Amino acid sequence: MNTTSTVPEDRTPDRVRRELSDANISIGRRVRNRAATVAMAVAFLLAAGPLVLMAANVFSQGLPAVTNLDWWTQPIPADVGRADLAGNEQLQDLGFGDQAADPDSTASTDSADSSTDGLVALGMQPAIVGTFLTVLGASALAIPLGIMGAVYLNEYGKRNRLANFIRFMTDVMTGVPSVVMGVFIYSIWVLRFGVEGKSAFAASLALACLMLPIVVRSTEEMLRLVPDPLREASAALGTRTWKTTVGVTLPAALPGIVSGCLLAVARAAGETAPIVFTIGFVTTTNWRFTGQNTTLSAQIYSQLQNGGDLATQMAWGAAVTLIGIVLVLTLIARFVARRYALR
Amino acid sequence: MTLELDTLPAAPDPEADRSAPDLTADGVGGRIDRSFRRVALAAGLTVLLALLLIAVVTTNKAWPAFSELGGSYFFGTEWVPSEGLYGIVPLVFGTILVSVLALVVAVPISVGIALFVTEVVHRRARGAVTTTIDLLAAVPSVVFGLWGFYYLIPPFQTAFNAVSDAVSGIPVLSTVLGPSTGSSYASAALVLALMVTPIITSVTREVFTTVPPNDKAGALALGATRWEMIRGVVFPHSTGGMTGAVMLGLGRAMGETVAVALLIGARPDITANIFAVGETMPAQIFRNLSEADDLFRAALIGLGVVLFVLTILVNVSARRMVVVIDRRVKGAA
Repeated sequence: MNTTSTVPEDRTPDRVRRELSDANISIGRRVRNRAATVAMAVAFLLAAGPLVLMAANVFSQGLPAVTNLDWWTQPIPADVGRADLAGNEQLQDLGFGDQAADPDSTASTDSADSSTDGLVALGMQPAIVGTFLTVLGASALAIPLGIMGAVYLNEYGKRNRLANFIRFMTDVMTGVPSVVMGVFIYSIWVLRFGVEGKSAFAASLALACLMLPIVVRSTEEMLRLVPDPLREASAALGTRTWKTTVGVTLPAALPGIVSGCLLAVARAAGETAPIVFTIGFVTTTNWRFTGQNTTLSAQIYSQLQNGGDLATQMAWGAAVTLIGIVLVLTLIARFVARRYALR
Repeated sequence: MTLELDTLPAAPDPEADRSAPDLTADGVGGRIDRSFRRVALAAGLTVLLALLLIAVVTTNKAWPAFSELGGSYFFGTEWVPSEGLYGIVPLVFGTILVSVLALVVAVPISVGIALFVTEVVHRRARGAVTTTIDLLAAVPSVVFGLWGFYYLIPPFQTAFNAVSDAVSGIPVLSTVLGPSTGSSYASAALVLALMVTPIITSVTREVFTTVPPNDKAGALALGATRWEMIRGVVFPHSTGGMTGAVMLGLGRAMGETVAVALLIGARPDITANIFAVGETMPAQIFRNLSEADDLFRAALIGLGVVLFVLTILVNVSARRMVVVIDRRVKGAA
């Protein structure tokens, strides 16, 4: 007897497949399903398209300024806004869009001129140094504090009420706009110390407020991924909690922590709003935390305000430099997270 | 011994004993252990301290505006600093209008991308799609502003005016879609939409991944198409999380400063025309705080206080809605 022939004649695999295939779904349902899929792909393109376009525009406009050595070594030309009064006209003319190619060509000739004739050297060193300083200061303040805060949340507080409350408020603080952090530091620092209070350090304070909750939450997330048996094994050897934390837990979570901190640093480096009223303005390089300073993001804004060919080139150049810094930090963060990931 | 610093009653925690064996009652190690704990607690408390300080200090510096202007500050409909008029209503209006417009554009796109990643794209391509959207989040606000100022405003102006001409006879539409000079609520909102898309996408995506696979498989087994499965299973399961994601996006949009400042113009005005020049609270602070004095300065810091309170409210309600947000790893997204 053949036992496999119990499948009825009309339920052959072929037939079942045909019944389940798209062909048996009504046209309306099929169209809606297909339309939804296409809409999802379009949604992605609507976000990715502008990104690609922006990257292309920013790099084509900014590269001429950045590729000149002056950019990295020279002070910011102070009178770049007044240097060409035709600038304002050009700003209005931008309505025609075709100006895109214009600054490009002038950029190469101008920078060639400047290096030979010494007319106007398009330098951005003060802003590059300033960005470096403010971010360094903010990191020095926020990263140790944030990591220790996360250690409290995950290793000590765990799920008690205080820890839950801190956790919740940290999330809330992540959502506080950066401009509010700027207003805060302006109120507590600049209004107290006057113009002398405006400095890279004051800007660092504002950025640290911004970074702190990000560092706390990402570090805590990473500490939570460390398997408990590691802590237990360490404890079983008679190790104190602090030593377990410093010697076992933190090292195990280190790649994730580094990655989270780098993302926070990248975010801080790109901030403008809290910087402008806490840092002041300079055109020559200031390597100290005291005294007024400037950053790339602040320069983009103020050069844009200046208007004019040269100032606009400088704004684009600063944008390329800033994107470069942020991109490198982000990519390193992703690399570290992937390469050395726990799990 | 080691629990002495608990300021609030903790739930009985067996792990505490396991991870902190207090073998030597009071050695050097014990003291280090306790001070380490104290330092960690202090670091955790700085977050609370910072939030408290922000609230107290800014309110204090804004007090002249609050007390001298009183109702005409919070309910005044004209913000003309040169004439001493500091009514914040137009700025609050502008902030909310721009944010809501941005969300109207960003939410469908973000949900679409999140579905695209979780339901459509092959597993191997997921990383690439997510990375692209994350890169969007990495671009500094001021770069969006610079790019928008030079590359988007001109075509926007043409497009807006074309739309405005097309609807010129129709009663309501002709008011809402009026003539434009380029810089406008709509210009700022469109760029803002691009900026809040990554955060809404990443949270929505997390929410979608928590939908039980069995429910999805069940719907498909019953013969539902993918779209029917999404509508019948994924969406109902994610309403809370999606609402939270939208609120988070709203909070982000309301606080966005530089890009908006560069694209919106600078005229605090209550108008129904979304193609008209406008102004928001953060943009107004950003433009003027450095040079402002006396009452104007207090009024600007007061704007910061109002913005702080509004975003806190939005974020608290958002966090309540998205429990899943706990699982989100990076704060940068």
